[in-house]
Amino acid sequence: MSRTRAPAALAVPAIAAVALVVLPLAYLVLRAAGGGVDAFEVLGRPGTLTLVGKTLALVAAVTGTAVLLGLPLAWLVARTDLPARRLFAVATPLPLVIPSYVAALALLGAFGPRGLLQQLLEPLGVERLPEIYGFVGAWLALTLSTYPYVFLLAGAALRGLDPALEDAARGLGRSRWGVFRRVTLPALRPSLGAASLLVALYTLSDFGAVSLMQYNALTRSIYLQYRSLFDRTPAAVLALVLVALAAALLVLEERSRRGVRASARGAERPPTTIPLGAWRWPAFSFCAAVVTFFLVVPLTVLVYWTVRGVELGHGIAFAWEAALSSVSASALAAVIAIVAVLPVALLAERYPARWTRALERLAYTGNALPGIVIALSLVFFAANYLTPLYQTLALLVFAYIVRFFPQALAGVESALHAVHPRIEEAARSLGHGPLRVLATVTVPLIRRGLLAGAALVFLNAMKELPATLLLRPIGFETLATEIWKYTALGSYSRAAPPALLLILVSAPFVYLLAARRGSDVSAPG
Amino acid sequence: MRKVTVLAVAALLGVSAGCGGDDDAGANEKLVVYSGREEELVEPLFDRFEQETGIDVEVRYGDSAELAATIAEEGDNSPADVFFAQDPGSLGAVEREGLLAKLPQAALDRVPARFRDPDGHWVGTSGRSRVIAYNTDALTDDEVPDSIFDLTDPKWKGKIGIAPTNASFQAFVSAMLLELGEERTRAWLEGLKANDPKRYEKNLPVVEAVAVGEIELGLVNHYYLYLAKEENPDAAVANHFLTGEDPGALVSVAGAAILETAEHADAAQHFVEFLLSDASQRFYVDEAEEAEYPLVAGIDAKAGLPPLDSLQGPQIELDDLGPELEKTLELLNEVGFTT
Repeated sequence: MSRTRAPAALAVPAIAAVALVVLPLAYLVLRAAGGGVDAFEVLGRPGTLTLVGKTLALVAAVTGTAVLLGLPLAWLVARTDLPARRLFAVATPLPLVIPSYVAALALLGAFGPRGLLQQLLEPLGVERLPEIYGFVGAWLALTLSTYPYVFLLAGAALRGLDPALEDAARGLGRSRWGVFRRVTLPALRPSLGAASLLVALYTLSDFGAVSLMQYNALTRSIYLQYRSLFDRTPAAVLALVLVALAAALLVLEERSRRGVRASARGAERPPTTIPLGAWRWPAFSFCAAVVTFFLVVPLTVLVYWTVRGVELGHGIAFAWEAALSSVSASALAAVIAIVAVLPVALLAERYPARWTRALERLAYTGNALPGIVIALSLVFFAANYLTPLYQTLALLVFAYIVRFFPQALAGVESALHAVHPRIEEAARSLGHGPLRVLATVTVPLIRRGLLAGAALVFLNAMKELPATLLLRPIGFETLATEIWKYTALGSYSRAAPPALLLILVSAPFVYLLAARRGSDVSAPG
Repeated sequence: MRKVTVLAVAALLGVSAGCGGDDDAGANEKLVVYSGREEELVEPLFDRFEQETGIDVEVRYGDSAELAATIAEEGDNSPADVFFAQDPGSLGAVEREGLLAKLPQAALDRVPARFRDPDGHWVGTSGRSRVIAYNTDALTDDEVPDSIFDLTDPKWKGKIGIAPTNASFQAFVSAMLLELGEERTRAWLEGLKANDPKRYEKNLPVVEAVAVGEIELGLVNHYYLYLAKEENPDAAVANHFLTGEDPGALVSVAGAAILETAEHADAAQHFVEFLLSDASQRFYVDEAEEAEYPLVAGIDAKAGLPPLDSLQGPQIELDDLGPELEKTLELLNEVGFTT
């Protein structure tokens, strides 16, 4: 591997991008420092340690489940002759777009006390379902929101995998399972690591699901400080605890990555389809079960609420204009985010040095922060130092990019990791400049990762609420704000139509960005 | 990739077309309101104000506390002229940042002294009472306790619902602390805890749980009943108002304030006066689905509600609730209600 110095053309934009992404951290340090030593008193409270423990337990459970569901789903959809796999390719990642508070509401509507399931079982004499509030509910709701990360990133990696390797291993007499364990899985390692990281950070930062499920995670006490005490200092200190936890996870993931080297990826060839044989229908049942639980059930609850709204005379008004706003702002954010992460990813992957890796890790840390913290930090900087931009669409898109930069980064990086630098070096040796190599060799090879990253940013931005509420131009309604307008009132029957619309309009984008198989993607160049 | 680019460009065009009206070239006067009150509830008031005055109202809706934090972060650069908030706590927080202007005495005098800031920085615009919501299938009105102190009776074990992390419950505990002191408040909280109350995130889920019989009693604000009935007209739930100086009868308000830095100060003043006009106060009686109390003298509450004068509640200053909250949270935490 070449150990050349990073070119300034890459280093400067990368540093600039990360500097913007860590603005919220700068804000937190500012706020925490402003409170003096007293500010840190909140850390010494006996409850704080319990909160950290509970938060970490949730992170571990959600991350583990997300991988256990997302990885087999990705493999089945990307590589096998699974029945109805195109349908699964779109349906499986779709729960990602359901805002976590809506996911939690829908799960409560289905499995909560007096929910749909219990009403169904009532004639059979079932009077009480197992308690969903607390850990179980938070775990289920967050798994719903996060297993698609693993599905999308592992799926992109599986589609980009050079089948020659697996063929060779098969030729050497390895069993299918042996091939998967010794060849496929190691090749997936970077994308699994990146996806687990995103899942863990998402769980750390989530407030919607834990608050509705009444699970006491750190974010709940951060919100408590803001909402009840109006005290921004302890909130900032607690948010820094989240950052510290994120940093620990980041170091852990980086360590576990050491020594894993990408397999050389050669010529473009669609991956082979593995026949499932007798396992076809059991595999189908598994996929169907996951999609039923995490997509069909919430959809059913939303449809049920919509119908009840019609019965109550609310009528159904689909907020198409809000849908257009959501799609526009989210698509803009996705495209710009992908461009912005490229230099950071290239630097970290192609010029590995202590500082380039540190820069890349730094870009992830803010992802552990709850949306309100990021929103308020941008309020602070923009209102006071960028007044003309404050509460404009540009700032809102910027906020989405800051919040979801790591999602784009993970997509691009895991794809980049799977491309051996020697391919680029070969192109360079043929006399092409670095930019030309980037455009004609690297980007086409990693396009699935780019698309997966874009999909992650897009779907997350579609459901973003806290920053949208505070930073949008006045009167700019998105589907997320439409949903909030009614959930804030507790009017589920009126919140359901925009929530359904959110899922509906996101589906074609999921298809375009992430669901097509290798052979469907038009050849590069 | 190409398709994605095309989509993005189309999106960009769509957005720029959609937000063309952003630059206020019109000669109309403008007013910027940060509203912690829900759009569904107060939008008609804004519309009416626009019609009556010709002033363009731009409203940013959000959570009251988050908007208060936003105004604090914006500091002197806040674009907001008026802060229209759900609770005295949010208004008080902005006041303590020194960001609120003093309201004209004439506006303040429209409402009784107990429903406004003693320093004149904010004024209540509508009221709400704490009540005990009860399941009408399980209980008659007579069987519902007349004081929150009866709720520690073991016969209510497992049958009470509360929302201890919600601002309205916390305000009620703060009021209790201010009126009765820590010892009695702690004793009551511990007694309540011993009765295994079910906990919910917000008031409305409490009312809904009462309605379906998951619990029999719920400590909530009176108007959630109407919101629950809106969702389900047959809901088996009713309000029981407490009397006298029982802390469970706390009456709190939503209110409005003008920012010190308001660019459109005249329009802002106009708007606050408008909110306190007889016509706007009647809005809460005749039109608003959630049946809040009008605060201006001479305008009676919606039929079926006990008159505002008959609701006493604890003798405390609403503006003192905010500063008391830290102690309240500590107490709730110690008793084990928030963990």
